[in-house]
Amino acid sequence: MRAPRQASALLRAVTALVALFMLAPMALSVLAGLVNNYNRGLQSGLTTRWLLEVWDGYGDTVLASLGLAVACVLGCLLLGLPCAYALARSRSRWARLFEELLTLPVAVPGLASALALILCYGSLQGLRQSYGFILIGHIVFTLPFMVRNVSSALQRDELRSLEEAARSLGASFGQRFLGVLLPAVLPAIVAGCLMVFTLSVGEFNLTWMLHTPLTRTLPVGLADSYASMRLEIGSAYTLVFLLVILPVLWGLQGLGHLIEKHHGT
Amino acid sequence: MSTLSPKALCLACAAPALAFFAAFWLLPVLQLVALPAQKGAATYLAVLTEARYLKSLLQTLALSLAVTGATLVLGAAVGLTLARQRFPGRGLLLSLLTLPLSFPGVIIGFFMILLGGRQGLVADLSEAAGLGRHTFAYGLGGLFLAYLYFSLPRAIGSYTAAASAMDPALEEAARSLGAGRWQVLRDVWIPELAPATVACGAMVFATAMGAFGTAFTLASQFEVLPITIYNEFTNYANFALAASLSLALGALSWAVLWLARRLSPEAHGSATGGA
Repeated sequence: MRAPRQASALLRAVTALVALFMLAPMALSVLAGLVNNYNRGLQSGLTTRWLLEVWDGYGDTVLASLGLAVACVLGCLLLGLPCAYALARSRSRWARLFEELLTLPVAVPGLASALALILCYGSLQGLRQSYGFILIGHIVFTLPFMVRNVSSALQRDELRSLEEAARSLGASFGQRFLGVLLPAVLPAIVAGCLMVFTLSVGEFNLTWMLHTPLTRTLPVGLADSYASMRLEIGSAYTLVFLLVILPVLWGLQGLGHLIEKHHGT
Repeated sequence: MSTLSPKALCLACAAPALAFFAAFWLLPVLQLVALPAQKGAATYLAVLTEARYLKSLLQTLALSLAVTGATLVLGAAVGLTLARQRFPGRGLLLSLLTLPLSFPGVIIGFFMILLGGRQGLVADLSEAAGLGRHTFAYGLGGLFLAYLYFSLPRAIGSYTAAASAMDPALEEAARSLGAGRWQVLRDVWIPELAPATVACGAMVFATAMGAFGTAFTLASQFEVLPITIYNEFTNYANFALAASLSLALGALSWAVLWLARRLSPEAHGSATGGA
């Protein structure tokens, strides 16, 4: 491949400005969470006391979000993997309709889905006041990502013939599904899991409506701290969010490179 | 064991997801659709007939359109640059610029407060320059920049990929035939990047229309429809109206995404985060 053309000076200048606009708030926020006094900046010295205060006040939200995200991934696997198989193998009009419907919670603003859930199930106090209510919202919102990822991987022609071969050798559906198909689309499943995890940890639009004072997640806690705490605590809390989400994102990228290498796309 | 026909097998496999989806999205949403009827059929049109809601809708539309336009222009510029300029740290820059894709909208609202709030960077800088403490976070400016911040990572990601896949021979041919900078832009770049533009534009627009966390954190004086809905629901317990406005918002967002998918097959990966 030839070396691509250079970008013009105007394009480079715009890029530099956009990069400044995108990166400055992140840097400011990380810094503000680690200095003693935001107004005096670095001169006031570095500290971890804000991080510790965040952990004291909001540590439970971090654990709740992680737990919810793991449960959401499991739910998406249980519901989504068989569904992805069905959608990949069925050519009926109903399957296409269901596929279309399934992605609606992504296209429609989360606020609307959350309102609908509250109006329908809000009176079931046991459910309303448990993390289960938020979990349901998160699964509705993330399931399409898992299904679409895995279903398009399952549609590959060589997998159809592989499944056919396994069947002709007498493998039952369970053996074919768990022993042949799922291992073959493992990269798509892992990518789907990481995506679902990230979306669940960062979800706010649905969660803010669905949460109660006793069921708070990380983004809900963030909104609370921004509204009522000093800047240093809000910043330290933002830093905690970054520490939770970054390893997952790096995993996702590493996986992407790995898949590219192995499947040579 | 496997006596099920392929058709029955597919149905059995889809059943759990189907049941879950029907119970926790379809049924509630159908109820939401039926709700405004309790207060009379006119409630469905409240967003158009009541001046307050119409104003909120038009403000949301205008803001979303402006943000979409700015995002596409800036995202394309950055994407083109990152696709052709090689420099150390390019990969790191690209991953830092796309990192905010995973941020909830509240964080971006907070970022704008750090930039343009009362204790913000811009206030410090403008004071140092002798212009007084300048704040923009809590008005239209802050909301616009927050939405822009939220949308840019997606645009930068898709334009970088699209521009990397562009055929450099086309542009070279155009230049060797004497095309100037603007002609290259019009005849090569814009058509080549059109599929990414349609897909990304629809996504950015739909996300901006439904963005809640950013506007919520900024407690903006500029009211957008999601905030109007939230207020009707939480502060006034006006469920029928909140439902009617949600339906209008949901239908608009969905229609834009649907239209984009008709126009460009690339728009299939419709992934909105929670703005």
